[in-house]
Amino acid sequence: MNIDYHALLPEFILSGTILLVLIVDVFLSARRKWLAMPLALVGVIATLVATLTLIGSTPRVAFGGVFVLDNFALLFQVFFLIVAIVVLAISLRYFREGGFYQGEYYFLLLTSFLGCLLMPASRDLLMLFISLELVSAPGFLMSAFRKNDLRSNEAGLKFFLIGVLSTAVMLYGMSVIYGLTGTTRLEGIAAKLAGISGGQETMALAAILFVVVGFAFKVSAVPFQFWAPDTYEGSPVPVAAFLAVASSAAGFAGLLQLMFVAFIHQYEFWVPIFALLSVATMFVGNLIALKQTQVVRLLAYSGIAQAGYILLPFALVTADPANNHTAFSSAVTYILIYGVMTIGAYAVAVAVSRTSPRLLIADFAGLARRSAFLAVAMTLFWISLAGVPPTGGFWAKILIFRAAVDRGGSLGVWLAVLMLVNSVISVFYYFAVPRQMIFKPAADESPLRTSWLVTAVVGVAALAILAIFILPNPFARLADLSTLIPG
Amino acid sequence: MTWQNSAITITTFLPILGAVVILFMPKEKDKAVRGLAIVFTGAALVFAVAMALGFEHGKDGLQYVLDVKWIPVIGARYHVGIDGISLPLYVLTFLLSFLCAIYSWRYVPEAGRTKAFLALMLLLETGMAGTFIAFDLILFFVFWELVLVPMYFLIGIWGSTNREYASIKFFLYTLFGSVFMLLGFLAMYFSGPTVDGVHTFDMQVLTAFGAAGGFSHTFQLVVFGAVALGFAVKVPMWPFHTWLPDAHTEAPTIGSVLLAGVMLKMGTYGFIRIALPMLPEGARTYAPWIGLLAAIGIIYASLACLAQKDLKRLIAFSSVGHMGFVMLGIATLTTIGIQAAVFGMVAHGIITGMLFFCVGSIYDRYHTREIAEIGGGLMAELPKMGGIFAFVAIASLGLPGLAGFWGEVMALLSSFSPAPGLNVALFRGFMIAGGVGTVLTAGYFLWMIQRVDMGAMPERWQAKSFRDIIAVEWVSWVPLLAFIVILGLFPAIIFNLTQTGAQALSALFGG
Repeated sequence: MNIDYHALLPEFILSGTILLVLIVDVFLSARRKWLAMPLALVGVIATLVATLTLIGSTPRVAFGGVFVLDNFALLFQVFFLIVAIVVLAISLRYFREGGFYQGEYYFLLLTSFLGCLLMPASRDLLMLFISLELVSAPGFLMSAFRKNDLRSNEAGLKFFLIGVLSTAVMLYGMSVIYGLTGTTRLEGIAAKLAGISGGQETMALAAILFVVVGFAFKVSAVPFQFWAPDTYEGSPVPVAAFLAVASSAAGFAGLLQLMFVAFIHQYEFWVPIFALLSVATMFVGNLIALKQTQVVRLLAYSGIAQAGYILLPFALVTADPANNHTAFSSAVTYILIYGVMTIGAYAVAVAVSRTSPRLLIADFAGLARRSAFLAVAMTLFWISLAGVPPTGGFWAKILIFRAAVDRGGSLGVWLAVLMLVNSVISVFYYFAVPRQMIFKPAADESPLRTSWLVTAVVGVAALAILAIFILPNPFARLADLSTLIPG
Repeated sequence: MTWQNSAITITTFLPILGAVVILFMPKEKDKAVRGLAIVFTGAALVFAVAMALGFEHGKDGLQYVLDVKWIPVIGARYHVGIDGISLPLYVLTFLLSFLCAIYSWRYVPEAGRTKAFLALMLLLETGMAGTFIAFDLILFFVFWELVLVPMYFLIGIWGSTNREYASIKFFLYTLFGSVFMLLGFLAMYFSGPTVDGVHTFDMQVLTAFGAAGGFSHTFQLVVFGAVALGFAVKVPMWPFHTWLPDAHTEAPTIGSVLLAGVMLKMGTYGFIRIALPMLPEGARTYAPWIGLLAAIGIIYASLACLAQKDLKRLIAFSSVGHMGFVMLGIATLTTIGIQAAVFGMVAHGIITGMLFFCVGSIYDRYHTREIAEIGGGLMAELPKMGGIFAFVAIASLGLPGLAGFWGEVMALLSSFSPAPGLNVALFRGFMIAGGVGTVLTAGYFLWMIQRVDMGAMPERWQAKSFRDIIAVEWVSWVPLLAFIVILGLFPAIIFNLTQTGAQALSALFGG
């Protein structure tokens, strides 16, 4: 078999880095364990460079179509690698000062990101499953990394149990689909499922449902969201950032391929299910978020609500490919913009956690006086999450509204109205933290010191949010580039 | 790039540039920051006036147009321009902002943080001005929403006691209205015509399409409802007005001035610019209801004013009444009505802005806004302040010869004979209600003057020996006082500008 090594180069470099980090860690003295982070960072940057060299030469196919590197995959890979750089940057000080096992952490983190890289390029059920597990399994360990805190143990255990359960259900669904179609290749499945009927069809529909469950867990869609707030709160903050952004985006990348490619002909069956999932997810996320007092939990519920918005385009699928393309690209754009604003908010949380490890909303009181830069940037991230100008989050929402109204029919309009109502509800809690930061006096007025890595990350994310607002076109174009769905 | 196509862009975004410059100033240079705010708002005003002077009267269509690609993916364009209806509001925005900057030379609210205060004010200025020159629905919406965030912080940080409640109420109310407006915009976008195969948000294209009857009747009913809801919250029309008294009462002085002076006009402007011309059948169907709400608003607001104990809250409620007259004018769908509306908007901006300046300065001296506590005697002890306050209050109640008169009387006049197809008896009923409202308005304003201005000053204030009007106040007030008289004597300044646009609009309704 002729293997396209260039297409796989990023994965090779990252795998090499992972092994290197693990080995080097053994030889580092306790005081120098943190050196694993610069090592990992160099590896990730090399991977990013390797990925960038692939731009323009897509699509590339490896392993007979199991691994396909097209624009869709490339877009997500670049996104994941940038997120990886950010997570590494905000991890260094947190883990160094917290007395954690640093070498192991960076090893696990990079392994998860390897799964993220593989996910959007996987065009095969087995490959998708492997990528998903590669993302999740290190996550179970990482979320329990604050060993001395009961909450962290609970976080890991809950994540593990619910994760394994939903994986089992998903795997069962996949096996049934293989049994019905005789193939694990996504396009092959679509072709076979197109002509399926009778009892076999019922079987196939049930199997689709099972597969969706596995991914619904990953993206924390209601009713599979229970783990998310507890896990995020218990995990080290950078790990929560990873789970909220990379892990959830990877789940969406997989789900997009399954629904828009493999199961596309059954859309009449699953569109109402996704409509229900989407609406329930946004309402549950937003309403429970109103009562939160801890910032990471608040971000977790906000993440659930945002997952509801991202699920909405799935419910807009029709027989018309042009319409599906619009829905598809609105979801992709939303995921990317969501990533930028969420990672920014987590970076600020990491900075604040140095002086207030519990990260209560009240701990943010008076931040504007302690660090005006962090307060302004954080305000920008929250405003963006609420979808209010002048921020990138505004366009993310507009694109989904547009796709919903464009679909026509009462379903699209109703979903748009419900999303609008939710957006208004969300403003109330998205303003809770800015209110504390700006309107309330600080208990301790001493300036907050942040590491330059965190400052840089926050600054870049804030600038990106503004830049996307002023010139959204290049960003919206990115999703259009995707060749997964014909335009 | 010539002056003709770049004037609007330069003028509109100059304040944002100012905001950025101010942010990079060191914190200690407090006076320099205030000076910069005056320089930037002043420069923007000069540009705006230059545009007004170069504006060709009576010419159809837009001037100073710039129409370039912005987001081709969704067909949104950066399309800006100005016509006779936009121009007075556009200039008003820059005038009031400039005067607010001057006022801030001396008065920054207690919370301090001058830099942030003025930077937000400048951001607000761009948002407000942009709304009046945007001719793309998305661009319009962006400017519309851009106003929310700075105003939220202006009220929330520099407001009085109950500021947090008022600021979030303001934000949520307006956002709730505007999301439905956005949905309406998207519906028009998708049902509207395509330009080069893409749907368009261009307001001129959609206006032409709507005027030609492009949108179906049911569609217009639904979409007009959605869009009007967004505008009605902003105006605010009764019963969507409850955020306004809170926001006004809690806001710092310049926040109130800009809120009353410009921001409320964004709603009525939206009716004239978007809802009416694009969805004429919807407008015709809803007009009696809008008229009814306007009439109720006028009566309700004046009764509420009679019951107010807080000076600032009283003026806030009087805004609801005055905007009721504006809406009544719009609801008649006639040339006179629409002209009355635009005139009323400008006059209310100047007069009520001025009233809020007065109340702010009175509060600065007394540190209370309770009418009973102030207890009268302003005229005797602070003759200049008392005199100006009485003068502006009388202008606000609509005395002939002053600016407040024309908007109200012409709105009433137009509801005597509304556009063809509207129920004449009904609108005459509204006219009577409006007439009763003017009497009540005169009543509460005169009563207010009596309680605040007349009589002798209570003893506890006597000892304090307040300053009468100071230089900064003179500088920031005189232009407004002058305009109250000038517009009262020469209303044609505005009417000549709005004539063409109002006629074109009322022609849709056979008026």
